[in-house]
Amino acid sequence: MLKSNTFSRKTKAGRIKKEVREIYLRDDIYCGAAACKTCDSSTSRAPLDVASPLLILDTNVLLHQIDLLENSAIDNAVLLSVVLDEVKNKNMAVYNRLRALSTNPLRKFYVFSNQFHKDTFVKRMDGETPNDYNDRAIRVATQWYQTHLGTAATVLLITNDRDNKRRAGEEGISADTIQSYVKSLGQPELLDLLVQPASESEDTVMVEIEDLRPSKRQVVYQEHKPMSEITSGLHRGIYHQGKLRVNRYNPFQAYVGSESIGDEIIIYGRQNMNRAFDGDIVAVELLRQDQWHEEKNLSIADEEDEEEDDVHLAPSSADDAPRTTNLVSDSATDMNSTPSRPSGRVVGIIKRNWHSYCGSLEPMSMPAGTGSFTSALFVSKDRRIPKIRIQTRQLENLLDKRIIVAVDSWDRQSRYPSGHYVRVIGEIGDRDTESEVVLIENDINSRPFSSQVLACLPPLPWSVSSEDVANSIRQDLRSLRVFSVDPPSCKDIDDALHCTALPNGNYEVGVHIADVTNFVHPGTPLDGEASQRGTSVYLVERRIDMLPKPLTEDICSLRADVERLAFSVIWEMTPDAEIISTRFTKSVIKSCGALSYVEAQARMDDSRLMDPLTTDLRNMNALAKIMRQRRIDRGALTLASAEVKFQIDTETHDPLDIGMYQIREANQMVEEFMLAANVSVAKQIRDCFPSCSLLRRHPTPTREMLEPLLCTAAAIGLELDVSSSKALADSLDRAVRDDPYFNKLIRILATRCMTQAVYFCSGDLSPSEYHHYGLAAPLYTHFTSPIRRYADVIVHRLLAASLGIDKLPPVFQDRSQLTSIADNLNYRHRNAQMASRASVELHTLIYFRKRPTDTEARIVKIRSNGFIVFVPKYGIEGPVYLTGRGEKGSGEWHVDEQQQKIVKMDNSNSNILSYSVLQSVRIHMEVVEPQPNRPKLQLTLIT
Amino acid sequence: MEYVSPEGLRLDGRRPMEMRQLRAEIGTVAKANGSAVFEMGNTKVIAAVYGPREVQNRSQQINDQALVRCEYSMANFSTGDRMRKPKGDRRSTEISLVIRQTMEACILTHLMPRSQIDIFVQVLQADGGTRSACINAATLALADAGIPMRDIVTSCSAGYLNSTPLLDLNYIEDSAGGPDVTVGILPKLDKVTLLQMDAKLPVDIFETVMGLAIEGCKAIANYIREVLLENTKQLEYRRGL
Repeated sequence: MLKSNTFSRKTKAGRIKKEVREIYLRDDIYCGAAACKTCDSSTSRAPLDVASPLLILDTNVLLHQIDLLENSAIDNAVLLSVVLDEVKNKNMAVYNRLRALSTNPLRKFYVFSNQFHKDTFVKRMDGETPNDYNDRAIRVATQWYQTHLGTAATVLLITNDRDNKRRAGEEGISADTIQSYVKSLGQPELLDLLVQPASESEDTVMVEIEDLRPSKRQVVYQEHKPMSEITSGLHRGIYHQGKLRVNRYNPFQAYVGSESIGDEIIIYGRQNMNRAFDGDIVAVELLRQDQWHEEKNLSIADEEDEEEDDVHLAPSSADDAPRTTNLVSDSATDMNSTPSRPSGRVVGIIKRNWHSYCGSLEPMSMPAGTGSFTSALFVSKDRRIPKIRIQTRQLENLLDKRIIVAVDSWDRQSRYPSGHYVRVIGEIGDRDTESEVVLIENDINSRPFSSQVLACLPPLPWSVSSEDVANSIRQDLRSLRVFSVDPPSCKDIDDALHCTALPNGNYEVGVHIADVTNFVHPGTPLDGEASQRGTSVYLVERRIDMLPKPLTEDICSLRADVERLAFSVIWEMTPDAEIISTRFTKSVIKSCGALSYVEAQARMDDSRLMDPLTTDLRNMNALAKIMRQRRIDRGALTLASAEVKFQIDTETHDPLDIGMYQIREANQMVEEFMLAANVSVAKQIRDCFPSCSLLRRHPTPTREMLEPLLCTAAAIGLELDVSSSKALADSLDRAVRDDPYFNKLIRILATRCMTQAVYFCSGDLSPSEYHHYGLAAPLYTHFTSPIRRYADVIVHRLLAASLGIDKLPPVFQDRSQLTSIADNLNYRHRNAQMASRASVELHTLIYFRKRPTDTEARIVKIRSNGFIVFVPKYGIEGPVYLTGRGEKGSGEWHVDEQQQKIVKMDNSNSNILSYSVLQSVRIHMEVVEPQPNRPKLQLTLIT
Repeated sequence: MEYVSPEGLRLDGRRPMEMRQLRAEIGTVAKANGSAVFEMGNTKVIAAVYGPREVQNRSQQINDQALVRCEYSMANFSTGDRMRKPKGDRRSTEISLVIRQTMEACILTHLMPRSQIDIFVQVLQADGGTRSACINAATLALADAGIPMRDIVTSCSAGYLNSTPLLDLNYIEDSAGGPDVTVGILPKLDKVTLLQMDAKLPVDIFETVMGLAIEGCKAIANYIREVLLENTKQLEYRRGL
């Protein structure tokens, strides 16, 4: 049956256009009930069970109660396509979760395309609002279900829309609100998951609570402007649109990157943030210029709970570092300097970025009566998120637990947003719980692989088959003396090397990378999962794999003495490490030894050993040294980071010892060849696929980003030339003092100013932007770790296609899709790093819990009431306060911005004590618990 | 954008392998020697054929075969925004050429030397797939004019969106920016006379998409044959046979 759908639409140019669209109504859309006789359920999924009540859910229920729906107590539900479309338009995240529910074989959720069914199609009436139309369509579909399934089934429309419910009643459809339905189930724990309706609800429980706190009913925040006003304001340039990013280290400060003024707008204080969350798209109004500074003072004064800096891991790049670093110059001391960046306030929120957050409840005394609703304040682990008020019946259970909470609303009268409890993770302070929190916080999927994914694996036990060897695209390199060098106890070995002396005096050097794409085919669930995970995540005590364990640790891993498939890059090099020729091939290899860095180093150093493997190692090391020197001459930076290594107790998984990660020549040797392989591959794929290669670039840091480094350097009388990477590398080399650690410290500070390298699709940028600053390479990509990075998998596919071994998967035709893959990889990569850092921080805390320590530390930054120190031995950084928290600005200490010094004066104005940047101090480290269950590491100065 | 829902339905309720509703009418322009209106869903095209007749411009005359000319145009009211379509713009020149070449391949031009056949096609309503609809309309009009042909030509388009091959794209699907493969075939001879695509598509996918378009062409051929048969019966009846 053919119907047409006519509606008017406003075009971009502002004209009204009439659209006519056909709609083909069908008789082959089934009801989805397994027991239904009239519908042919053999071809499609029919999960619905007629014996229990069938729920038809309204849009508002789906949008607000998604956490409840994900609980298995609510089941046997029909999702109408008209409802899903509305959800999709309003909230994509909820839509995706619903889609996941409807495909989950364990849940009974069925999507019914009511708009295309001949009996449930509803024609839009004149003057009917979209909302009324949808409600009517829902009622018609409910009616149809009831008549279709007959009296055997009960069909229940669940809606929180009062009007819809009333009309359903008039039409003889049984309808109920979600609240009363959940109550009728008789499972009190579900009530916590239920989002309380907004204040106009008739729900009695809610009213009681409102009555209890009448004082709270005052307006705290300014009203958000209506959408129409925001749109016109944006048009006229009064408002500026952008994504709000809250300062990770000071939640009362946020930035809005605005395209319209080409600068970041700073927003000080919750009042000006006006209920916006981190990641929301907001409309901002600029404040008058004379208010810019005033606001700053105000922001510190009016916050009731100013938080102090925690001790944290030393940042390894500008992305991790506190944003305040480049604001040092305009801190309270120099008020009369040039106006800093514009500041503003949020007038409206265009798109919310609410999701669920991890954290715990604020400690509070137990109310007298248990079992009734009490409200509690939830403190997120992520400091950028404000406290969230939740209602719970199980306060005593939740108080010392890490829980997940979702935000529902934030109205003008309440200081905090209100939300609802989602689930418990575990006890606070428990290592597993806290690790779990780290994973959730960083959006890392640590769930086991699904059966569909595991079905893509080759049957085990797997070994290289004769077909693989006979395959003409695969070269048999089993006769070569291939070996791998990795960290000790490394199970996912994805790279191996060989080096053979050729009769003409040159060397044949090969880098062999695990041939992951031989097992991970594009378009399979395995590929989809890997692409979503993007990278393996390494926590201190565990590893979250990107690929299932059999692939990671066995089939792909280039272990010793077994035949494995590889993708090889083979160069012919002169003894001066000049590359004469490069070739790429898929291969079969047999590693003759999986060495650790220590072993490899020991072999090279032991002059008695003359076996062929050791000779190969020495030859390679010689070549690597030349390559490294050449790279440094080109301007590659030798950067340093404060990476630490834990020794973990095998039984209790508690950290036994921490120390800096030691870098040996063997590490550098392997790294050098990996870099060379990556560069060679990058050239090859760039030449073959100029518009759809996945490359990696490292943007040149701007002078502004290097400002903190220059500031510090100037204070200690060191001159740094940052005009190019070469100049910077040279001046870093010259920065030597009698203090042996000085150079490393400067390098650490320099590294911290750089942003991280990012993946990108070569079609998105111009070739001049491909440059990798840190490596001083015009082209770079990742090829060498396909087991733990998805980017490398993509690059393997590109390389295979460039050699004509494989076809290029269709993804590469679609640039926008490739860009979104690159964005996801960057996001995952960054999250993985954040998670590793958080995990190290967690273990540092556990380590120091039992061991208060005195140690050496370096001052890296001066603050008005103290300084930030860096503890090289443990790679952590944190504040040391010279004055107590209460007695701020007592006047004893004076900060000298120019000299980066903090000085204590006595009455005669001669300084008694002074601390300057990079100075070495002794500190005491101890774990304290200012609040129960909230341990933190405290650093104090030993004088 | 989701062009095929996980339930396997397209935006207009069709399944990926389904065509839009076809409708055809013969003899809609009384003055022409042959004419037809052809509809594919909301796409509506009228075609009129004049000839074979004397060549108007002597210099174009071909001594051993007929001259086939084609003019494609779009009515100003065919799209929602009433834009004035300049005659002879690139797009319509290209489509005119495409239609002319496709039709020339099936007309037995050597039977009509020194004569001219004019095909006029105009889009009355555009909703994607106008090229195919024009060819189908022209086939009907040529048949109506009684011009000798090897076989009828039918055309249909297919695309590839959301990793699914889709038959007979409508305007929304067409403007999604994915590949659009237009195929014209001689169904009885099983030969391709037209194949157009202006996007990149891997060969194996292209083959399935093209296969789908050919299936569509065959379905249209069956429909057109039915229409012609019905028309002939009507003529028979009118003549009192």
